[in-house]
Amino acid sequence: MSATTPADSPRALAWRRRRQALVDVWRAYRTTPAGLVGLAGLVLFVLVALTSPLLVTADDLSVIRAPYEPYQPPAAAYPLGTDNFGRSLLDLVIWGSRISLTVGFLATLVSVALGSLVGIVAGHFRGWAGVVLMRVTDWFLVLPTLVLAVALAAVLDRSTFTIVLAIGVTAWPTTARLVRAQTLAVEARPYIERARALGGGHVHVMVRHVLPNVMPLVLAQTTLLVASAIIAESTLAFLGLGDPTTVSWGAILQDARRAGAVSSGVWWYLLPPGLAIALVAMAFTLCGRALEVVLNPRLRERR
Amino acid sequence: MAQATTEKAAPQRVKRGDPGPMLRLVATRLAGAAVSLIAVMLTAFFLFRVLPGDPVRAMTQGRPVSVEQLAELRRQYGLDKPLHQQFLDYCAGLARFDLGTSYQYRLPVTELIADRLWPTLLLVGTGTLLAAALGLWLGTRAAWRRGRVTDQVTTGIALTLWSVPTFWLGLVLIVVFAGGAGGVLPQLFPTGGMSTPGVTGTAAILDTAHHLVLPVTTMVAVLYAQYLMVMRSSLLDEMGSDYLMTARAKGLRDALVLRRHAVPNALLPTVTLIFLNLGQVVAGAILVEAVFSWPGLGQLFYQGLRLPDLPLVQGMFIFFSASVILMNLLADLVYPLLDPRVRP
Repeated sequence: MSATTPADSPRALAWRRRRQALVDVWRAYRTTPAGLVGLAGLVLFVLVALTSPLLVTADDLSVIRAPYEPYQPPAAAYPLGTDNFGRSLLDLVIWGSRISLTVGFLATLVSVALGSLVGIVAGHFRGWAGVVLMRVTDWFLVLPTLVLAVALAAVLDRSTFTIVLAIGVTAWPTTARLVRAQTLAVEARPYIERARALGGGHVHVMVRHVLPNVMPLVLAQTTLLVASAIIAESTLAFLGLGDPTTVSWGAILQDARRAGAVSSGVWWYLLPPGLAIALVAMAFTLCGRALEVVLNPRLRERR
Repeated sequence: MAQATTEKAAPQRVKRGDPGPMLRLVATRLAGAAVSLIAVMLTAFFLFRVLPGDPVRAMTQGRPVSVEQLAELRRQYGLDKPLHQQFLDYCAGLARFDLGTSYQYRLPVTELIADRLWPTLLLVGTGTLLAAALGLWLGTRAAWRRGRVTDQVTTGIALTLWSVPTFWLGLVLIVVFAGGAGGVLPQLFPTGGMSTPGVTGTAAILDTAHHLVLPVTTMVAVLYAQYLMVMRSSLLDEMGSDYLMTARAKGLRDALVLRRHAVPNALLPTVTLIFLNLGQVVAGAILVEAVFSWPGLGQLFYQGLRLPDLPLVQGMFIFFSASVILMNLLADLVYPLLDPRVRP
């Protein structure tokens, strides 16, 4: 982007500095083995989700024209066994990754956007507005998240959008607290005073000065949030609150329980979706923790 | 509960001098909790009466119901009245501790909650105690040997268990230990419920304990990771302190330095977290209870959701939120007693 503007303009300078910071972060990140493992897992799952329409056809997922015999243990044609209708579990898990990852990302986006907005505003306006916002945040933080998400999902229509909303609306307070703390730290620095003295308004300070400085920590927090959002999605789907027509990892587990896979010991129906959830959640957690260490100097010293 | 703490907290401060700041702290906290409770009540009203559009239609979805039946239900739940009248009725009901009548059981919600409270308390209490003990012990070990294999293995296992969805872990445990893993293992534990019908006396206690093993294992597996991580990091914070260096310089053995000096100080944040979590854990028991058919509050909530029985779900939402708020209040008030550093 910066290539189009003259090299000496302040904007180009800022972009060059940002690119350099990115390179530095990547250099530090590269040295954390756990972070690299997490990143590799993450890339793998995203690739699988993106290519799933090529790997799985509508017929593979059809309940009526299921390709195989029901309840078959793993074999060459269906490496993870088949479900109660005779669909290959590998196909189901691959297809389920689409909804699980999408919901995970979208819900995180909603909650991070909401959390950053509330956090920056609460940190910037330190009068009664900030106090009220933080009271609301604390109140949301105290509410039992699962109960609130479940209640929201129960009263709204059963759809993927509802699930995204239920998770997003309940997961933002931690981000808001984090962002507020960081905002306070940034606003205490002299260059903010300089910006104000030069006539920078509230919006200018918040968007041009505070936001870029808060983003790195938010990024680490985002990665950690995706993990819990994916687990939350599977939980809501398992409680029967998801869209009944879509295949997600939680929905597969709910189907398995309904079909009696637990009491009849059909372990291959239960293991793959659960392991997929755990692996994705772990990949995101590893990435998030590695990023946190790289981006937060306090943690880097202590490690 | 909060009242008792208030009375206990004040006299102790009197001995030390001016009671003003402590009383003010207690008053602020009580007022804060009261505001939170009122906000919960408003949210519940909005969530279950306004948001669904037509609560009765939501409750009867998927079943053939005549127009007359719908009207009758509406009349029964007072939904035919204007919204502000509904709100006043709702507030009046709450003031009398009346959470409404369940659509599914035709019983007062408060009665249903009281019936199911004890099993949940048993499950959550046992689970929290074990998780706290395990988390504190392993967290201490991990911090003391930080960076070594012990540390890496314990934190690794904890993070893995933390990434696993609760309900799935429960299902797997049922398949392996209650279903006999497809005939490979003997059937070690019951698949669900709280007791075997017909067992009485001392045998009944053992029987309940037997039923408790798998649900508690699931709860502990999910809970302890958090306690471990907090204990580990708070002990790591303490380990840089000068007073530990002094203790070592005096010639104390490492084990004694850890036990007498570092751990008591590091315990405080972890204990707060455990208290703060108590309320959340009660709500978190929903999944464990649903999976193991444990006859507690969580299962009641789960059954309420399936219909959905909105009066029941609403009543339990208020109950769960109120219990979290009260637990937080308790933690806030007990913390200054434990830690002199945060006293006003």
